[in-house]
Amino acid sequence: MSDYGVLLVSHVPQIVEGLSILLREVAPDVAITAAGGTDDGGVGTSFDKIQTAVLKNAGESLLAFYDLGSSKMNLDMVAELSDKKIEIFDTAFIEGAYTATALLQAKVPYHEILKQLEPLKVK
Amino acid sequence: MLTVEKTIRWLNLFGQKVEEKKVYLSELDQAIGDGDHGTNMARGTAAMKTVLEQKAYDTVQDVLKTAGMALLSKIGGASGPLYGSAFIGMAKQAGEGAADVSAILEAGLEGIRKRGNAEAGDKTMVDVWLPAVDAVKNKELSRERIDEWVKATEPMKAKKGRASYLGERSIGHMDPGAVSSGLLFESMIEEGVLDE
Ligand SMILES: Nc1ncnc2c1ncn2[C@@H]1O[C@H](COP(=O)(O)OP(=O)(O)OP(=O)(O)O)[C@@H](O)[C@H]1O
Ligand SMILES: [Mg+2]
Repeated sequence: MSDYGVLLVSHVPQIVEGLSILLREVAPDVAITAAGGTDDGGVGTSFDKIQTAVLKNAGESLLAFYDLGSSKMNLDMVAELSDKKIEIFDTAFIEGAYTATALLQAKVPYHEILKQLEPLKVK
Repeated sequence: MLTVEKTIRWLNLFGQKVEEKKVYLSELDQAIGDGDHGTNMARGTAAMKTVLEQKAYDTVQDVLKTAGMALLSKIGGASGPLYGSAFIGMAKQAGEGAADVSAILEAGLEGIRKRGNAEAGDKTMVDVWLPAVDAVKNKELSRERIDEWVKATEPMKAKKGRASYLGERSIGHMDPGAVSSGLLFESMIEEGVLDE
């Protein structure tokens, strides 16, 4: 059980699967869960899948990263209805998620992580 | 004025229209997006129909809230959270009184704008909701006017959603979300929701 976890949301299941592999390699101890694609495995994002990924994540406070605009709308809705604290980052998807995860693994303080994510903001 | 029965009839007619126009809505989305708006919407309204049939409803608020949760979780895409936010916003307002349809729709528009941050002219469903809410307030909503607002999205350049990635290339096509929202307002007129 850790304080922070990382949540990944994308339009395609394989995108978050691949990204999870990349992140777990550098951060084996960080809780990472993902939601990719629609409920039937198609291209899109799913409110239900995101909600499940939030519940499955061992982190109490989540740092969320996403690919395109509508992922963010679904994430926002989940964040509003969730008991966990979910911070959504408008950073480049891969770079942002990688930076946050690697820093969490290195036990860098949260405010320091926020500072390092700031220049990666692209949306 | 909205009653439980009228609200359900309105939403079911909307679902029926979405189902009839499913292919057309997806074709519109193919031109400037990813071609799934019709299937997204039809999946959502079918789920909405099912939950509305599942039990008896006591309040308009309950109907709108249940419809909103079904649309949110089953439409997917951008329009899932957008229609979901609209209906959840309308449900909240209906809790304050179901007589004021204009206030209810305004709360729906507020939900969409808060979720998607779109402005007038961004080539989204907001370009139909915004004038429609205004027209309902002034008791001048008509089919013809809805058609005009929908068509007016054709020359617009998209600033939100997937179509915005196309820039200039998004010009010359109607916005699919504007068309589906047009169906929602059309259904309202046809079911007499706006009658006193
Ligand atoms: N930010 C926004 N504000 C208001 N409406 C929006 C916004 N973004 C998209 N839309 C509306 O959503 C419609 C597209 O819905 P659709 O169901 O096709 O989702 P999508 O764009 O394919 O989503 P996704 O990117 O998840 O696949 C657009 O036609 C537009 O009217
Ligand atoms: Mg689409």
